[in-house]
Amino acid sequence: MNLESFLLMRHELVLTIITLIVLVAELSVNDDNKRKVISIATVLFGINMVIGFLPNMAGILFGKMYINTDLQWTMKNILNLGVFVVLLQSVAWLKETENKIKISEFYILIFSTLLGMQFMISSGSFLMLYLGLELATIPMAALAAYDRYRSNSAEAGVKLILSAAMSSAVLLLGISFIYGTTGSTYFDVVALKYTTAPLQTLAFILFFSGMAFKISLVPFHLWTADVYEGSPINVTSYLSVISKGASAFILVTVLFTVFNSIALIWKPLMYIIAVLTMTVGNLFAMRQQNMKRFLAFSSIAQAGFILLGIIGASNIGMTSVIYFVFVYIFSNLGAFGVVSVIYYKSRKENMDDYNGLYFTNPKLSLVMMLALFSLAGIPPVAGFFGKFFLFTAAAESGYYWLVFIAVLNATISLYYYLLVVKAMFINKNETPIAYIKTDWPAKVAILICVIGIFAVGFYSGIYQYITSISFGI
Amino acid sequence: MTDFSYTILIPLIPIFFFLIIGLTGHKMKPIISGLIGTTGLSIAAILSYFTAYQYFFNTEKIDGAYQKILAFNTVWINFTDKLHVDMGVLLDPISVMMLIVVTTISLMVHIYSLGYMKGEKGFARFYAFLSLFSFSMLGLVLATNIFQMYIFWELVGVSSFLLIGFYYEKPSAVSASKKAFIVTRFADLGFLIGILILSFNTGTFDFISLTDIHGTAIASGSGIAFMGLSTMTWSLIFVFIGGAGKSAMFPLHIWLPDAMEGPTPVSALIHAATMVVAGVYLVARLFPVYAISAPDGLTVVAYVGSFSSLFAAVIACTQYDIKRVLAFSTMSQIGYMMVGVGVSRYGGHEGLGFMASMFHLFTHAMFKALLFLGAGAIIHAVHSNVMTDMGGLRKYLPITHITFLIACLTIAGVPFLSAFFSKDEILTAAFHHNKLIFFVQLFVAGLTAFYMFRLYFRIFWNRDTHYHHTPHEAPLTMSIPLMFLAVASIFAGYIPFSKLVTSDGLPLEAHIEWIVAIPSIIVGLLGISIAFVMYKKETTIPQKIGSSFKLLYVGAFNKFYFDEIYLFVTKKIIFNYISRPVAWFDRHVVDATMDGIAWITNAVSFRIKGLQSGQVQQYAFVFVSSAILLGILFIYLFSI
Repeated sequence: MNLESFLLMRHELVLTIITLIVLVAELSVNDDNKRKVISIATVLFGINMVIGFLPNMAGILFGKMYINTDLQWTMKNILNLGVFVVLLQSVAWLKETENKIKISEFYILIFSTLLGMQFMISSGSFLMLYLGLELATIPMAALAAYDRYRSNSAEAGVKLILSAAMSSAVLLLGISFIYGTTGSTYFDVVALKYTTAPLQTLAFILFFSGMAFKISLVPFHLWTADVYEGSPINVTSYLSVISKGASAFILVTVLFTVFNSIALIWKPLMYIIAVLTMTVGNLFAMRQQNMKRFLAFSSIAQAGFILLGIIGASNIGMTSVIYFVFVYIFSNLGAFGVVSVIYYKSRKENMDDYNGLYFTNPKLSLVMMLALFSLAGIPPVAGFFGKFFLFTAAAESGYYWLVFIAVLNATISLYYYLLVVKAMFINKNETPIAYIKTDWPAKVAILICVIGIFAVGFYSGIYQYITSISFGI
Repeated sequence: MTDFSYTILIPLIPIFFFLIIGLTGHKMKPIISGLIGTTGLSIAAILSYFTAYQYFFNTEKIDGAYQKILAFNTVWINFTDKLHVDMGVLLDPISVMMLIVVTTISLMVHIYSLGYMKGEKGFARFYAFLSLFSFSMLGLVLATNIFQMYIFWELVGVSSFLLIGFYYEKPSAVSASKKAFIVTRFADLGFLIGILILSFNTGTFDFISLTDIHGTAIASGSGIAFMGLSTMTWSLIFVFIGGAGKSAMFPLHIWLPDAMEGPTPVSALIHAATMVVAGVYLVARLFPVYAISAPDGLTVVAYVGSFSSLFAAVIACTQYDIKRVLAFSTMSQIGYMMVGVGVSRYGGHEGLGFMASMFHLFTHAMFKALLFLGAGAIIHAVHSNVMTDMGGLRKYLPITHITFLIACLTIAGVPFLSAFFSKDEILTAAFHHNKLIFFVQLFVAGLTAFYMFRLYFRIFWNRDTHYHHTPHEAPLTMSIPLMFLAVASIFAGYIPFSKLVTSDGLPLEAHIEWIVAIPSIIVGLLGISIAFVMYKKETTIPQKIGSSFKLLYVGAFNKFYFDEIYLFVTKKIIFNYISRPVAWFDRHVVDATMDGIAWITNAVSFRIKGLQSGQVQQYAFVFVSSAILLGILFIYLFSI
């Protein structure tokens, strides 16, 4: 290994170094000064993010185990940006006294999972993919159980680790079948030898179930309800935005590069799963009264939309998936940011509590409205373009009925997103949430989201760039 | 090749200042926001002048013709490889000319409003909207493709709506702004249909490939399609409907008089000099397509323009509100411009009408803005719009008086002032092309001179009215733009337009044809003299004439009842016989279906809550069994 190969995997290396620094910092500061870790970790991660954006060199390492092209580089940068926003939003929460002694844990865990996701994205072999997946999942369970004295947080952790273990087992079974039938775990070799033989089809379905678990596609989504509900808000937002986005990136790359010879099989599969996910996700989200659960459930439906881009199986399809996730990170984190600010300042998180919010907290309400508009896909904010391109991708391949169903579902989602807007702006409230002074890191985070919601929609260069690095089948 | 990429700054500067004033305007002193906006526009104006200089005098011509230059272009939305919406800057003689018009008038209005709007509530808001309008208008004139033009076209409509309704506490202003928006929006529907047909036929939005006379686009869709006209002609007629809406051509003119509810500087900027000529600009922009593949479309343009100009001139003779007189005069003058392009053909001397129309657009912008700003100064002094409240004002408002007189002489076509040249070229073009239109336009020229001098004498001479407060001359911020525009109105006619702005980019030999010019001078002077006799002093001649042509007079005074006809059609016919049944259907069939669906969705959503039991072993069971089921299904379907 020489210096250039170091530079090639700088995302992972810098992140590892940062994780180690946070570990050392944890050991070297005494209990009263633990809060210093917050600024150390956040600043370091900010530097990591900036380093990530430096010009990329494409290359392959470890005998094709590790691949880094502009595509992977972009995906990692998108995730870094999202995680940075999550970190900023978590500052106020971590500063609470009950979290005082476990601040560093949060950072170490979140960095480890991100490292896992980045390895997954860059993997060139199923082995690497699996290692990344485990690294991304196991610390996640610890994160879910972060408020371990709250019974539902502990429950969330246990449920996540149990379900994840099972899904990993299924995924691993799939991978071993793949290895058994093709004699290799390397993507390029597998791609050449993959056919629609029964065992290979089964292997693919098993592998896909494992991935669907991560993205929480129906019917592999059942774990999400309890985990999202039990985890602290910021962990939920991390789970439902970053982790889901990363898995979507990986799914689209693997389907397009490894399983492109059996697109015949996975297209109808995606069709079924997309319809199920959009519909069931919406039906769940509709009835939620708790804002955190509401956002988390609506994110299931959003995952269904992503499949429309995948099913397009074209350059536009992959572009639209990456673009949608990028937009989705800003929109959903914007909404989660507002919910978390309000929760940690007033301990209120029900939709009824939001009645009349506009009259006491106009700025927060406007941000929330923007974010929800973007999630619902109302022009001219970025979310509209995100959905528009996904639908275009599916329609181009002739899936008009699927697009029709998706449009119906988008309408249903509009209904419940607007319920929140109505609560904030129209409903009257005797005792509205008092004026909240947002802490500045959260302000920065929200600002990034708002800029993102507008800029990604209006500045076409981003879409053009993603098109230039994407590929179809 | 000169690099023109800096021209992208010209529209971006106003939008930047719009954001600054719009977001922080309420925190600063009003005058600061006004100065900021004016500064921004000055920069844009200087850049525009520089661009014009570079373009006309420092750029290589090919075969002696000015070329279309794509100064800046970026793909905005990519539908397919062929069909994409771009955003960019297109420079050619007409867009560069419009740059000058828009930035000059806008700058004058910015300066003027510093005095006129002083102390108004919402001063900063006013300047923010002015900047927004300037941005939209500049984006419109610089558009590289018809889709970009459509987007900015709508933005112009929105900013016009905001500015007409600036005094939003006044019900009449609110309804005027709604009326303007709805009528123009209705016309834009035609524009949109036109765009869709046009781009469907030609496969492109882009102006350069659309108007390339040797290209494929221009030749497509020429077969007879419907009612004896080709598809291309139909699409261009639809496009013209959009243009007619914005340019207040008959019968879509009804919004323009009401739009005078906006602040007077706004009327000067939007409803006299810039936005209302967008329709003419649109036709000029697509002129090669009109001239080569749809000459029938141009005939429609010419007749609509000619009729509108006559119609508006007749009404203008009877109105008492000075701003409305000017509004109808605007409509009439735009009719002239439409006639100009309508009677023109592509290339060489045939393109005289095109050149004349652009020339008239330019001079009209100067003298009409001057008239409106002058009217603003008068209203500012007298606190009334109605000419019966005025009279003898020449003693109190010397600067306004002189500049207003210059503008009136110009519009009347008095020799050697700017409009004499431009109007004369239009008449010449009409003379060679269509004698009927020529005589109508000649008559309108006389009417124009008459009603303008009726206005002039009623305001500045006639009886000495007693005023509550002695009217006083406008402050310097208001009189400087007046003087500047007066100079422009006198000398703009000496710009060699025939060398610069022509249909094919080649210079054109234009000279005054006395066979046309002499009758037009005579008619103009006749109009002035009649007005002199009737209105110089208070006489009873107007009443006598009014009563002897009672029917015509009452009709014209009531604008030929067009507002009433529109109201009758919409309220009595459309609302009763179309909207009501549709509303019933909507309420009882559509809504009921939707409610039913919503009810089912809710019920299902309630049921499936049971799936979420909270037990991990059940989750595992569902997970594994789904995987197995899917496996069996897909192996059965695809592998065996």
